[in-house]
Amino acid sequence: MSTTATTRIVGAPVPRKEGVDKLVGRAQYVDDIEREGMWHGATVRSTIPRGIIRSITFDPCINWSEFTIVTAADVPGKNHIQLIVADQPCLADGKVNHCDEAILLLAHPDKHKLLEAAGAVRIAYDPLPPVFTIEESEKQNEIIHGEDNILKSFLLEKGDVDSVWATAAHKIEGEYRTGAQEHLYIENNGMIAEWNREDGITVWGSLQCPYYVHKTLRAVFDLPDEKVRVIQTETGGAFGGKEDYPSILASHAALLAMKSGHPVKMAYDRMEDLAATTKRHPSRVRHRTALDKDGKLLAMEIDLAIDGGAYSTLSSTVLSRATLHSCGPYVCPNIRVRSRAWATNIVPYGAFRGFGAPQAIFAMERHMDEIAAAIGIDPVELRRRNFLHEGDANATEQRMREPVILDRLLDRALKESDYHAKRARYARENPINSVKRGMGIAAFYHGSGFTGSGELYLNSLAGVDVTVDGKVRVLVSNTEFGQGTNTILTQIAAEALGIDFSDVIMAPADTAHIPNSGPTVASRTSMVVGRLVERASLQLLAMLRDHAGLGGRSRGDFFAACARYREAHGKVESLCRYEAPPGIYWNDQTYHGEAYGAYAWAIYVAQVAVDTVTYSADVEDFWAVQEVGRVLHPVLAKGQIEGGVAQGIGYALYEKVLLENGHMANNQMTNYIIPTAEDVPPIHVIFEQIPFRYGGYGAKGIGELPHDGPAPAILNAIRDAIGVPVNTIPLLPEDLLAVLAARKCVEEPVAQ
Amino acid sequence: MRGNPETHELVAPGSLAAVLHLMAVEPGAWTPIAGGTELMVAHAAGRLNAPKLVSLWGVPELRFVHATDESIVVGAGATFADLRRSALITEELPLLAKAASWIGSIANQSRATLGGNLVNGSPAADSSPALLVYDAEIEIISARDSRRIPYHKFHTGYKRNALAVDELLYAVHLPRRFGHHRQYLRKVGTRRAMAISKVALGATAFIETGVIREIRLGAASLAAFPTRLHRTEDALLNKPITNDLIQTGRNAILTEALPIDDIRSTAEYRRRVAANLLEEFLFELLGVEKRP
Amino acid sequence: MSARWPTIRMIVNGEQRGIQAPPMKRLLDVLRQDLHLTGTKEGCGEGECGSCSVRMNGELVNSCLIPVLQAQGAEIQTVEGLAPKLEPGGTLHPLQEAFLACGGAQCGICTPGMLMAAAQLLETHPRPTLAEIREGLAGNLCRCTGFMRIFESVLAASTQASQPALRQAHHAR
Ligand SMILES: Cc1cc2nc3c(=O)[nH]c(=O)nc-3n(C[C@H](O)[C@H](O)[C@H](O)COP(=O)(O)OP(=O)(O)OC[C@H]3O[C@@H](n4cnc5c(N)ncnc54)[C@H](O)[C@@H]3O)c2cc1C
Ligand code: FES
Ligand code: FES
Repeated sequence: MSTTATTRIVGAPVPRKEGVDKLVGRAQYVDDIEREGMWHGATVRSTIPRGIIRSITFDPCINWSEFTIVTAADVPGKNHIQLIVADQPCLADGKVNHCDEAILLLAHPDKHKLLEAAGAVRIAYDPLPPVFTIEESEKQNEIIHGEDNILKSFLLEKGDVDSVWATAAHKIEGEYRTGAQEHLYIENNGMIAEWNREDGITVWGSLQCPYYVHKTLRAVFDLPDEKVRVIQTETGGAFGGKEDYPSILASHAALLAMKSGHPVKMAYDRMEDLAATTKRHPSRVRHRTALDKDGKLLAMEIDLAIDGGAYSTLSSTVLSRATLHSCGPYVCPNIRVRSRAWATNIVPYGAFRGFGAPQAIFAMERHMDEIAAAIGIDPVELRRRNFLHEGDANATEQRMREPVILDRLLDRALKESDYHAKRARYARENPINSVKRGMGIAAFYHGSGFTGSGELYLNSLAGVDVTVDGKVRVLVSNTEFGQGTNTILTQIAAEALGIDFSDVIMAPADTAHIPNSGPTVASRTSMVVGRLVERASLQLLAMLRDHAGLGGRSRGDFFAACARYREAHGKVESLCRYEAPPGIYWNDQTYHGEAYGAYAWAIYVAQVAVDTVTYSADVEDFWAVQEVGRVLHPVLAKGQIEGGVAQGIGYALYEKVLLENGHMANNQMTNYIIPTAEDVPPIHVIFEQIPFRYGGYGAKGIGELPHDGPAPAILNAIRDAIGVPVNTIPLLPEDLLAVLAARKCVEEPVAQ
Repeated sequence: MRGNPETHELVAPGSLAAVLHLMAVEPGAWTPIAGGTELMVAHAAGRLNAPKLVSLWGVPELRFVHATDESIVVGAGATFADLRRSALITEELPLLAKAASWIGSIANQSRATLGGNLVNGSPAADSSPALLVYDAEIEIISARDSRRIPYHKFHTGYKRNALAVDELLYAVHLPRRFGHHRQYLRKVGTRRAMAISKVALGATAFIETGVIREIRLGAASLAAFPTRLHRTEDALLNKPITNDLIQTGRNAILTEALPIDDIRSTAEYRRRVAANLLEEFLFELLGVEKRP
Repeated sequence: MSARWPTIRMIVNGEQRGIQAPPMKRLLDVLRQDLHLTGTKEGCGEGECGSCSVRMNGELVNSCLIPVLQAQGAEIQTVEGLAPKLEPGGTLHPLQEAFLACGGAQCGICTPGMLMAAAQLLETHPRPTLAEIREGLAGNLCRCTGFMRIFESVLAASTQASQPALRQAHHAR
């Protein structure tokens, strides 16, 4: 079985496939590309959060005949972005529902002329009262979406929660909040579009999911499949931020290209990207928990709300993942999770690494520490008493059929971080130091791949082919944006085919050449698509044995057989379709069954110092211990974890989206603060490996996991350091001061 | 890039005399640009309101650090990288060296000039608290003449200063008499590096047998421009350092500081932290770490 | 139309170049648009991210904040000039080798600027401490790596002794 056999290439630190191109400055990102006769595009956006567009007028100071102007009236097909619900217009038509909503597009050969022109388009509105928060949306005084402002809701029930409260030894309640978070990929969104009558539309851009963009373009332009072509250019970071937005930008660029008859580039600058594109959903989670006298969980009642922004976009699936991760990796017989995504007049929130899980896990893991404090047990011990083990059922009554090694991960994390000794030492030293230190821990799991029956609906197709000049190409629509897709998938193919890593390349991420193997999201690439590539490779070997006389196992034998096969059959190609692991059952109505094909498990530990002079919390050291199945590439895997932890630290302590009247006020890098090389602590990454039978060479998901743990571990460490619970992130020094002042934990200023 | 380079003129006459001549002939028409780390940011944002610019970058007469018997003199065109590399600065003016190391990043320090930092006049400017507590003097030059004013009188309002339209900041004079003073500078920024200061406090004090004989406090982001905290200084001057005095100092700075809420922080935070910083310095004078 | 503009001469990656451009045009745009050296990236346009970092007369600068007139006569080095002789048979700069072996580049958008900052650091601090590496790279934001692999890459490149080992890791199959 491939998952246990020793491997030559899988598991080895081969160089990143496109690494050299990136290191010598040769890699072509969208803004590096020019097309013959190319124009530039700009977007005129709403300046109010909600209202009716009364008129659009053009200041005669501009010679408008030089410009191409596009409005909703120019959309040839459906004026909707095709995500789960088609409620978001491609261009606002008659009304606007958030600030910075696109209303009108301009194109001109000279980029500098566009800005002045955009400023000379006058839009008059009849404003309507906006809704900015979950609380305002819940009040339903203003209905801004559907009948009740609810974009989506779920109810997950297990056992009988209501029967427990009367007799439980302990009942603990808490409310936890998380803020919006910007992806801050260093490459802004960008797209180039071309149009002609024969070929239809071609777009090149920075994006994660070529077939998502393809689907929207087909609908917006009312074109058949073959007249829309989407090509991914080298993508400078995404983190979920280039999952849904590129469909909008591609439509805009293509509308301008069609009307102007020129290729059009739209490359956002940082201010526009920050103000107009998606962010992580803010959340508010209320927990009410019952435990028996031994600290075993009896019941959890969870009310989970996320702010979805003005349109549905991906909120329903984000909410789903949040719901399914809200109860943590614990055994609890009685559960009720009621979750809702609320509409507000804010730029729609979208996908971001973790996809709802970081919000839910922050609440659960912070709450665990409050429970521990309330009933007087050690937070580590409380978790240990309630961990899921192999054979246990989780909230959706999914039985853990694979080994679960939370105890082992916990032991390792405690040992590596010297957790107990440090806690004891800090408890002694804190009273006499102005810098207070603490240790915090978070235990969590993250489901790999699409939720429930999602992978079956996706029905992914992936494979390999062999080119005339003797290269094996991996055929997938899964894209590289730093996480290592190219490297991992070519490793898998090379391994399975018994050839060299350098024999395998990626087919261009171009919908004209690649099958739809689903989006590059949900930590599914290694596990789900990797498995498809592995199967397609093995299938190719079988084809070659059966039809081309492949006998030996050498590289030479393989390519010789490929040549014979090509003689006889024209091309050498092997594709496989997704098949669910056996025994999978999921009910979308009741939210019961196998929520995910597999889970990655982790224990994270943060060591934090709180400076009482500046009220700032610093992460001094960080340990990330996890089981993610087989590690396919040790260096890339470490890089994924470290990058996710750094983003998680930003999420907890630095990154705040400031909204003024629904518009992002700090939409510049100087004011949206992410950790620099001086702010990130040492990050110790430890993997325990248990190969997963149904993942590519034993892999499970890894990409999102590391964003789940840092925030709760850090806030738990802060609680340990200062003895005060803080339940809201981001926690900037100003916020910590406010918490301490409210609890009278800091000296009142005497003067003034 | 929101600005249009074609709408701005930029010349580089190359010598101080030539620059001053331009500015004398058309007073107010020319905006000097040194390292450009302020003006080019404005340019990128499309809000550079300066049709004609004259480059000070590479004007040799402005870029120097030298010493006389009484002072160390720093040319307005010296970059923060120059200051960090200068042994005179690191040895004799450690607070200024420290401040220089806090300005943005290495790439920023190799372009950002001391003159630009002061003339730009941000309330959060990092070099200001150090210059205030070292009692710096500013030398101003024009085709007409040259003059010197105390640095603490240089800023006259939010982003306003004592320069006339035809004048340049020429140099900063730092007296060499702080060798026996206790010195303190702490910046509280939005993060450890690449951080705009939310509040910063500098201090120099001369202590004689437990009594504060001389004290200067310079602050960033506690007012519309970098300022000395004269009233807090007065409250501490000629007093023996005791726990009570520390409380007096806290009260004084809480009254004197008039910070604002802005996109980076809150007035409340700035006041409290300023008081904590002062307390930290005073406890240092007392010879103990800050009380927990 | 370009006749309106002065000619600006620079030595870019060792070659004499002359271009005509508005003097307030950013060095970044001149490199990318006029000289087609698109390895230098724009991440913010306001000096915050460092993806446009290049070396000018031996110092690290952010090319988005330099009016090209101020680069008149300067020597500029960009990522394209780090390893002068590229394939075939060419070599990578030790930093590029190290980034490849240690995972210092993920999405790659910060990488050119990061390499220039690292090259500058190794020139001023041939054997940097971790603290010096952190400071030297603090102006270069990377959102992918969390910086650990980058620190490791720079340390590896600075340790001549480990060069053969790096090469091995690079060519491992
Ligand atoms: C990314 C980034 C980070 C930064 N971080 C910090 C920081 O941490 N701390 C901090 O204090 N600052 C910081 N700054 C601000 C900036 O770098 C400084 O203010 C710098 O010192 C300005 O100098 P300059 O030569 O670049 O100014 P320029 O932009 O060239 O000019 C600034 C102003 O000064 C005028 N001027 C310049 N020289 C003279 C002169 N000799 N006489 C008269 N007028 C003159 C100009 O006309 C202009 O109005 C940062 C800037 C950036 C872009
Ligand atoms: S683009 Fe120059 S620093 Fe970001
Ligand atoms: S590798 Fe992506 S930003 Fe650094």
